Amino acid sequence: MSSVVLHEFEEDEELPAWSLPAEAVDRIRVPVTLPEQVTREWAWGGSTGAGVRVCILDSGIELDHPLVGKVERSVAVVRGEDGELQVLDDDEGDLCGHGTACAGVIRSVAPDAELTSVRVLGAGYTGGGEIMLNGLGWAIEQGFQIVNMSLSTTRTKYVERLHELADRAYFKRVLLVASAHNMPVESFPWRFASVISVGSHEEADPLTFYYNPSPPVEFFGRGLDLDVAWLDGGTLRCTGNSFATPHIAAICALVLGKHPDLTPFQLKSVLYQTASNARGGA
Amino acid sequence: MSDLEAAVAAGVLGADEAHRSLLQATVEVARSIFGAKAASVFLLDEEADELVFEAVAGEGEGELLGMRFPAGNGIAGWVLTTRQPLVVDDLSSDTRWSRSAAESTGYVPKSMMAVPLLVEERALGVLEVLDRPPESRVRLAEVDLLGLFANQAAIALDLLQRARRAREALAGQGRLAPLARVAAQLEDGERDAAFELLRALERVLAESAD
Repeated sequence: MSSVVLHEFEEDEELPAWSLPAEAVDRIRVPVTLPEQVTREWAWGGSTGAGVRVCILDSGIELDHPLVGKVERSVAVVRGEDGELQVLDDDEGDLCGHGTACAGVIRSVAPDAELTSVRVLGAGYTGGGEIMLNGLGWAIEQGFQIVNMSLSTTRTKYVERLHELADRAYFKRVLLVASAHNMPVESFPWRFASVISVGSHEEADPLTFYYNPSPPVEFFGRGLDLDVAWLDGGTLRCTGNSFATPHIAAICALVLGKHPDLTPFQLKSVLYQTASNARGGA
Repeated sequence: MSDLEAAVAAGVLGADEAHRSLLQATVEVARSIFGAKAASVFLLDEEADELVFEAVAGEGEGELLGMRFPAGNGIAGWVLTTRQPLVVDDLSSDTRWSRSAAESTGYVPKSMMAVPLLVEERALGVLEVLDRPPESRVRLAEVDLLGLFANQAAIALDLLQRARRAREALAGQGRLAPLARVAAQLEDGERDAAFELLRALERVLAESAD
């Protein structure tokens, strides 16, 4: 069954804000309704992630890595001479290897998704929280459909602003996919209900993922023993939630490639229905 | 408990060694449990933005203590900034990393488990376990176990740092040291009030430095 497109919203169209007059009901018909049985075939059958803009908030992406291919744009959040943070185009690539690894995972599952790198790591430890918030704010402003965040902060002073950004993303249809912690610590943004939080399972199939009925970790993706893209065109065998996260981000890119009008909560429902432990996941 | 309060607590001046032993014991147990060639703890020096070898068990035990490298770099730096544990099983294929490790430490591990050391909301450093037996395939349960260990190492590291700061405060290297020494001479009730005030000052200074 295919999605039913009833109405395309115009970019600037004014929508009812705080109430819904009777004559306005026609204007808010929803563009997608989920079928009675959401299957993987319905969700992403035939999709390559084409047309989906994915942002990777990490240590940068190495240019011309054979497992990553084309990177649409690379920017970095840097502190200017006046001390203010700014987002500038960047040609330094990846300072650690990690962002390249995440990009490679997304490319392997959603080969035609558009990748953009926002470098928020690697410039030193101090001030990292501000840089991350700034990079995330930029990504939301740019309207990427998916933002991969294989990182978190434990600093409570950032929580309120991070929460506001996550909510803003949610309402702007920017899906945040964030690594959960497998340690007994409070960290963010993965604990927020507005994001998709990801832990690891031990299986080798990139499309195997599980819904966790006991949150805060909501999904488990492939995160064990992966050969990921790394610096200097190479690969590295790695394990960690950091790599499970881009697997789920890439599956989201496949779904959005086929159903671009899904909102974050609809997409989360699709993930739930198509998880390997759910009926539609077979 | 604030540093200053710790400074006047009985025995704190001698505690440095005890805390160091605790940290050393932690890395030794970590090394032994994973059957690894080495385990080490790095402390973040926020002012210098560097990671410092604070405890080492096994390979490099004699030479690496006190050695430093930039906190934003490499796998340990990444683990620290993202707060995410990472397991790497064929490090030699990261030529950039292995070259710099070889140059700085003379020892190039093949595999590494690295986990951030977190106490409350602070990231204090990184625990690394190097070169598990080649036949031991990593399981997620091991990563969880490492996380539990990291918790213990983080507490030991926190105690060590507090004792050091306490000593600095009394020895006159900290900004509030003269006041702390005066406060330490006061009668009980007055001393409590003075420490209360100093704690508040400390918080203000710490927040402005953040």
